[in-house]
Parts: sequence; C-alpha cells; structure tokens
Amino acid sequence: MGKHVVVIGAGVAGMEAAGRLSRNGLEVTLLEKESVAGGHINDWFRLFPDRRDSNEVREYLINLSSDPKIQLKTGASVDKLTRHGSSYLLTTDAGENINADAVVVATGFSLFRSSRKEEYGYGIYENVISSADLEKLFISGEIVISSGKAPQRIGIVHCVGSRDEKVGNLYCSKLCCVTAVKQAIEIKEHLPDSEVFCFYMDMRMGGALYEELYREAQEKWGVNFIRGKVSEASETIDGKIVVKVEDTLAGRPLKMDIDMLVLMAGMEMSEGGSKLAATSGLKTGENRFFASADHHFGSNISNLEGVFFAGTCIAPMNVTETISHARAAVTEVMEYFSNNNR
Amino acid sequence: MHFDPFVIPFNIGLYFILIYTVVRCITWFRDLSRPDKLRLQRGFFGRAFGQSLKEIFMESLLHRRILKTNLRLGYMHMSLAFGWFLLILFGTIEADIFSQSHLNAPYKAIFFKFFNPTHGQTEFERAYSFMMDFILAFILSGLLLAVLKRFSSRVVGMKKTTRLKLTDKIALTSLWMIFPSRLLAESFTSGVYGTGSFLTGTLGSWLNTFLPSDHLAYVFWWLYSISLGTFFILLPLTRYMHIPIELFLIFMRNSGIKTGDKTGTFSEVQTYSCSSCGICIDKCQLSSSAGINSVQSSYLMKAIRNDDDVFNIAHNCLMCGRCDQSCPVGIELMPIRMIQRREGEGNGDMRTIWRGYFRERQNPALVRVPEEPSFGYLPEKKFRQADVLYFAGCMTHLTPLIKNAMVKIFTAAKENFYFVDEDGGVCCGRPLMLAGQDREARELINYNSEIIWKSGAHTLVTSCPICYKIFKESYHIGAEVLHHTQYIKRLIDDGSLRLNYSHRKVVYHNPCELGRGSGVYNEPLDVLSFVAELQNTQFDGPNSLCCGGSLGNIKIDTVSRNKIAADVTAELTACNPDVLATACPLCKRTLANATDCQVADIAEIVAGEISLIQRKKSRISVLNIRELAEIS
Amino acid sequence: MDKFGFTISKGRQINYDQNDRRIYNYIIENEPSFRNCIACGGCSGSCSAGNFTRFSLRELNILINRGENDLPRTNLKKCMLCGKCTLICPRGVNTRNVVFLAKQAFKRFDSYAF
Repeated sequence: MGKHVVVIGAGVAGMEAAGRLSRNGLEVTLLEKESVAGGHINDWFRLFPDRRDSNEVREYLINLSSDPKIQLKTGASVDKLTRHGSSYLLTTDAGENINADAVVVATGFSLFRSSRKEEYGYGIYENVISSADLEKLFISGEIVISSGKAPQRIGIVHCVGSRDEKVGNLYCSKLCCVTAVKQAIEIKEHLPDSEVFCFYMDMRMGGALYEELYREAQEKWGVNFIRGKVSEASETIDGKIVVKVEDTLAGRPLKMDIDMLVLMAGMEMSEGGSKLAATSGLKTGENRFFASADHHFGSNISNLEGVFFAGTCIAPMNVTETISHARAAVTEVMEYFSNNNR
Repeated sequence: MHFDPFVIPFNIGLYFILIYTVVRCITWFRDLSRPDKLRLQRGFFGRAFGQSLKEIFMESLLHRRILKTNLRLGYMHMSLAFGWFLLILFGTIEADIFSQSHLNAPYKAIFFKFFNPTHGQTEFERAYSFMMDFILAFILSGLLLAVLKRFSSRVVGMKKTTRLKLTDKIALTSLWMIFPSRLLAESFTSGVYGTGSFLTGTLGSWLNTFLPSDHLAYVFWWLYSISLGTFFILLPLTRYMHIPIELFLIFMRNSGIKTGDKTGTFSEVQTYSCSSCGICIDKCQLSSSAGINSVQSSYLMKAIRNDDDVFNIAHNCLMCGRCDQSCPVGIELMPIRMIQRREGEGNGDMRTIWRGYFRERQNPALVRVPEEPSFGYLPEKKFRQADVLYFAGCMTHLTPLIKNAMVKIFTAAKENFYFVDEDGGVCCGRPLMLAGQDREARELINYNSEIIWKSGAHTLVTSCPICYKIFKESYHIGAEVLHHTQYIKRLIDDGSLRLNYSHRKVVYHNPCELGRGSGVYNEPLDVLSFVAELQNTQFDGPNSLCCGGSLGNIKIDTVSRNKIAADVTAELTACNPDVLATACPLCKRTLANATDCQVADIAEIVAGEISLIQRKKSRISVLNIRELAEIS
Repeated sequence: MDKFGFTISKGRQINYDQNDRRIYNYIIENEPSFRNCIACGGCSGSCSAGNFTRFSLRELNILINRGENDLPRTNLKKCMLCGKCTLICPRGVNTRNVVFLAKQAFKRFDSYAF
C-alpha cells in the first residue's frame, strides 16, 4: 500500500501501535520527545497485579517495534499538526516536516505534580516522596530516608491529584489504589520489620486480580488500611512527618508520626498532549484528556479524520488496557485506509 | 395673571416633599445617640459647616467623584443635578427681578414663562432668556444620556446598569418627562408671543407655523406640573430620595458620625443617599467574572430601603472593599453590609406603600438569649514568654512553605520568638465575625488574647491578613501587631536580615484584607523591590483585585471562585512575570490553582534570598508598648 | 422472642421513615454541593475545633442526611468557621455555608432555641 503513519509518543501505546502497524505492512515514523523510547515503563520497578519485572514488558515492546519499517525519532516533539488534502503535515520542534497518511496519537499521561498539593509537603519535607520516587528507590534496591536510615513506618496517601476538585481533576486515576497496594507489599518485602499504613478514601480494586492483591497485602504482609483523606502533613524537628487525618471509620481525628510519606500521584493529560491539542484542533474533554468520538464504539477515533488515539492520552489505563487500546487503534487505521482506497 | 389651576399638582408635590423631608430628618435626628446629636450640632454650627457646603456643591451638584471615575456618567449626573439647581436658582431670581412682586410663591419661578409670556423683549431680558435656554439645553443633554443608558449602559461607559422596580419606573418616567414638557410648554408659549431664546424661541416659532400653539402650550404646562408633582410624591419610595437625603448625610459625616455596628440613623441615611449610580456594580468582580448581578452594594441598599429580606444578598459578597473604595457618595458600604449580616434573617414582613413612606426600623433581637459558650471545650491556655510571637493562622497550615519561610526568617534574624499555633491553634475569630457571629468571635478573641498577653511579647507577627485585620482592630493585647511583610521590612531596615538580590521578575497581588482592609500597601512592595525585580501593575494600590477565595463570601460556589481567580491571574501575569507574589496563604492557594505561573508568598521569596552572612543581632531594645503605656 | 436472649432495641436503628429530614432538605436546597460529600474526612482531619473536641463535619453531614439531628443540633456551634475544610474538600462542598445553613435551619425548624 505504501501508506505512511506517524505515531506520536513511543511509550507502551506508541510502541505497540507502531509494531502492529508495521506488521500490517505500513511505513511508520515513531516520534518520541525523550531521548529513549519506553515512556513511563522505564521508571517502574515491577508491574501490578502479578509484580512482573517491568523490563520484560519493555523488552517485548522493543522487540515489537524494532522493524525496518519503523523509523524511531527520539528527542522530537510535535509542534504543529495540519491537514493537507487527505494527509497530514507534522512539524517537529526541530523544524522537520513529516507527511503522514494517518496519525496515531499516543502522547500518554503525565504524573500529577505532587508539589501542587502544598499541604502534603512534597518538595518541602525531605521524607515526603511520590509513588514514582519510590519506584526509583525500589530499582536502586535501597529504601532509605534523608537520615540514611531505613524507614520504620511508612504512610501511603491515596488520591493525590485525583478525585480532587481543588486541583481540577474530578476523575479517578483508577490505578493509584492498586499501585499503593503493590508498593506496600514491596516495601514489606524490602523492609520486613516496617509498618505500612495506606490512607484511602475508597479502595478501587476494579482490575483483574487487584482485589486478590489487596487481600494478600492484608493477609500476608500485614499492611494497615485507614479510611480517611489526609488533610495535611507537617515535619517534626527530627525530620519525621506528622499526618493529620480523620480515621473516618473510628470517627476520630488521628495523628501519626511517620518516617516516610509516599504520595500516590494521579495521572493527568501529558504536557505534550495538551500542546498538541492546542495546535491541532483535537478536542479534549473536561478532564483535559483527548475526547474520543464515541465512548463505546469509537474510543480510538478523534474529531479529525485520519487521526487516532491510542492509550492513556484519552484516560487513565493500565499496561494491559493500553496494549489492547493500541491494537484497537491499529485496526481503526487499517479500516480507514481500506475505506479510503475503495 | 397670578394663578392657574395647572400649578396645583406641582404645589401639592412640592409641599408634600418639603414637609416629608423635614419630618424625616427630625425623626432621624431624634433617633441619634446623645454623643452623635452633640456631634451633629457642633458640626452644623461649627467649622464643618463650610466643609459640608463645599462638599454639597462639589459632590451633590457637580458630582466630582463620579466625573473622576467615569466622565460620561459624571456628566450625566452633573447636568441633571447642577443644571436643575441652576434652573431653579436663576428661575427664582428671574421671577424676583422681572415680575411685579417680590418673594413669589415657588410656582411663579417654575412656571415663570406661563405667567410672564411676553418676557424677553428688552436686551437684558433676551440675554437672561438665552441663559435659561442654555441651562435647559444642558439638562436635556444629560437627560438624553440617561435615557440612552436605560437602553444601553455602554453609552455612559459602564458594563452594567441598575435594575428598577415599578415605583422607580414611574418616578423615572415622570423625571424624564419634566424637562421635555418644560421645553415644549415654554416653546409653545414663546411661539405664540414671539419670545424665547435660541432653544425655546426657535423651536416655538417653528412649531407655531403648523400647530395650534396656544392650546398645546396649556396642555404642556399641565403636563409639566403633573410630572413634577408625581415625581415629588413618589420620591420617598424611590432612589431619587437621595437628592434631599444626601445633603443630610454630608452634614452628618462631616460632623464625625460613624456607621457603628447596628442599624441606626446614620446607616439609614446612608442607605437613602445611594443614587444607584452603579459604579459599585462595575467594580464588583462577582459581576465581571462570575456573572452574579443581584448582590452588589447598590442592590443591597435598595433591598434595605424596600424592607426586603437581605440576608442572602448580604452574605453573597467577597467583602473585598472595591465598591466601598469607589462609592462616589462615600457610603460606608462594608460596615452597612456587616450590620445586615449581624442582624440575621429578616422576618419577611409584607410591604405596603404606607411602610414605604414611614419605614419602621426592624430591631431584631440583637441582645440574644444568654447562651452557653460555644467554645467551652477549648483547652487550658498554653503560653510561653517570648519577645515576638508568631501566629501563622489556620490557612497558613495548609501552605507549609509560608510558615517554614517565616521560621527561617525568625531564626536568621536571631529573634526570640514563640510559634503560638505551631500544632494548630485556635482561629482568630475573623471568619465568624465576617459571618455576622460576633458573640462567638468574641469568645475566640478572649481566648487568644490571654495567650498573647501572658507571653509578654512586644510584637505579634502573623502571616494571614485575615488574622492581621482582627488582631489590629478587635484585640486588646498590648503588643504591636505586624503582618509578616511589615515585620520583614523592619528586619531589613534595621539590618537584622541580610538578603541577596534575585533577578526574578515579580508581580504583586495585594490581598484585600491587607490592602483595602488594613491599609498596608507599601511594605510588601518595598520588601519585594528589595529582593527582586518588581513589576508594577495597575492593580498595585487600592485598585487591587480579589483573588476570589475570600472567606467574606460564604455563598458562592467553587466554579465562581475559580472564574474570578482565572481572570485575576490572567490580568496579573499578562507581563509574564517569573513569580506572582502575594502575602496571604488563602490568596496563594486560590491563585496557584488558577495559573501555571509560580505563585509564592513574599515570606518565601525573602527566605530564599537570605544571605549566609548575617550580622549579629544588635540589641537595640525595642520599646515595649506596655512600658510605653506605663510611662505616659 | 425473649428466650433467644436478645431483642432488637427500638432506639438503635436509624428510623429513616420517621426521621426529620427538613434540615437536610433545607441545606441541599440552598447549598446543593452538600450532596457531593463522600465522607472522606478531609474536613475533619484538618479541623481546628476537631483537635480539641468531638466535632466532625463528616459525621454531622451524615447524621443530618439521615435525619439524625440530635447531635448536630448541639454540636454545630463548636465550628469556628475558619474555612480550612472548605480549602481541603475534594468534592467542592461549600462546607462553611453548610454549617451556616444548618444553624439557620435548626433555628427555623426547631420549636426551641438553638
């Protein structure tokens, strides 16, 4: 066919889509703003629910997208996307122009900047870290606080930047709960003598095997769950974090000294995605993610003909869902080409 | 000719309104407290008298303040007020000079042309007629603007105009008809007798060419009289009552009478002095950003005059003070609103026309049934001796960067300080006060006062302008109250705090409670220009905006708050500053959620620039206020 | 029944059908955001009053919603209206107005003074 597709973003969705498109005989250009492909998967230690090593998924994606028909361009973000007849012209920040017969948008998500919730003290108190920071500690193999010691008591705050009208995110990021459970277990694996407390508003264990993981955290690892949204955190002179929270099930305010506080940062529309939306005319929803043409039948379809969505650029998704969504996007691209050739 | 029946409506109206106003002012005077009565007497027969007359001329007639804010709107008010005044003044003189007798009844002056139709033949008479025509033309030009304003407020350069009730509409119509009917009546009469100047003469002789001027003149003299009579009789039910009452207000204010904290003569006189000019609506961010157009001060004044239940209107206000600042009549809008908040819900009495003329003052039970204290649960007071107390404030606990910055500054300045509410303290009481719950607020004030008093501190520093205002105004604590911007300014001035210079561009957002609320404008700007590259905006001084987060408004929803915050940040970051600085934890949070620009408190910026080399604290003893009180 | 060793005490249940829901209805009519509460406890975790005494806005919200007005009636006055909860509430409930309206509603609907 000789058709050329540009995939924007070489994370899980982008690599999966690129690989599948090339298998269908299409020429693919894969654009990635970072210097390496992989996206967020590069930052994770293990994946829930089975706690598989994230490297395995990364290797799978690299294999899939290492095809001569795929040209990977790293360090390239899209400045402009304009329609020219039946094709699109993409201009990168380096000024390079690329023509595309179809575009797959796989710009992914950004993690909520935890410093925006000033009352939690991220970026202010040394021992308040984000879930992404904790993954880095897991990868380094050493979980220590600012004093160089291992933390005795760890607090995990759910819903940081999700389900929070105050930061403009009404939606649930839906993966932070399971991430918290997974991280709680991993903390206990690393530091068997430590105590872990999860502060949650609701436990949303909707995915396959999530509930089982939750049960395992209680049963096998003795992780504590306290229902209450953490209101504020402060620091003591010896560097401990004091959280103020209502134990809503006990009906009383609870104060607790904690050695390390981990904030479960939610997922937001990526900056690259927002920029693309602003310059291309792609529609976004109230949650600022890209808006699909139809929630049920057209979740890959955008308001621009020939531009398709793949992965978390439309809503929070886990890796499994992201891969499925990227494959669905490929199906839409193929159908688009076959309809247009008729 | 000395009399004609058509003057009767005018006469009835005129004598009614004169007697009504006098009776009203007497009852008001009687209601004044004894000290205020003495003040008013002293003001009336003393130096303030001249001041008042000058103000009446400048404001009630010329409308200088409106002219300053809005030229076209000012011209409209001026032409009607000053023009009408001139017309009456010179009409009376005219009647006095040119008619047979002196000291004529008022109608002789108002309907001079009717009773002296041949007037205008000699040179002097012609000149005088020219002047009278000129004044009439002046009024008519203002009237034209007023009529256009009703249909489009943009004509006079305003975004919104006030909405009217039925009696207002009738009164407005009669007001509008007064001058055109005078014009036509005079023109027709002039047309018949060949008199009149450039306006009435020209129009009259032209109309006379094809109309039965003689008969029509009489009709319009009637219309003129009826319009005046109707207007005068309806006056007490409408906003035009401000015309006579404002004079009384000016005398009262210049005598030093203040609004106080409950309804009284002065607050009522002020409510009646509101001309509904609408400048407060234009200044209100609830209107410009959130599209709320029923709660502004002008509407509150009207609702109070109409005996409506004003409870919800009174509470739906940011209490930013922008309207108070700009009211051309100088009505103390914020204190009046606070009175309405304190008085609680109205009982929703039926309104009658009668009550409109003779308004009974509702005296809600301000003295409430003795209640148990609301905050009896508060623990034993903890205090510690220190030179300086730091009271961060409830909100500051949600912005740890600010309180950390302050601790860093105190430490760098080697201050002997005690962080009063480090583990979460007791609210200062201002939020309760803003909600009209003074008794409850007083409990908290007493509680905190004791802690402050016992610590023996000479200075109390707070980070929250809301706390600052109430500490300053309602606490009696024998310590000097400083907002942290003022305190930092002092540390810089006396060399206790050495700072580096950051080359970041900074714009300052002035918190309402600090700026307009407490008059602190300079210190924050001084501190900022000392540590960073301060960029000025048109909102630096008393014209500063409200961030939208205000505790003053208990009614608006988050969506409206966000709209206000979005508009404010857009205005303030228009020049692309590196940092949007403010001096209030609540403003900081509100603004930070509305912009991508970094928002920081002045304390944070200062703490970030603390020089590593600090001078040793020079022990210049600061005079303790309490010692000062003992000496004197 | 007695021989089973237990009875269902009449007073323990929330009698939803008979409880007085006028207070709740008055509040949601004037402050619809009151409906959005998910009882996360963010308000009471930061509460200036809740540090010292049994006062939890979350608890009061739920009780008022169910028409269990006894505790809220006497407890509401403990609120200092400081507004921290309003700044924290993830559901955008205008908590200060809820307290304000609840006090008003009790004044309005109760025969005896609040």
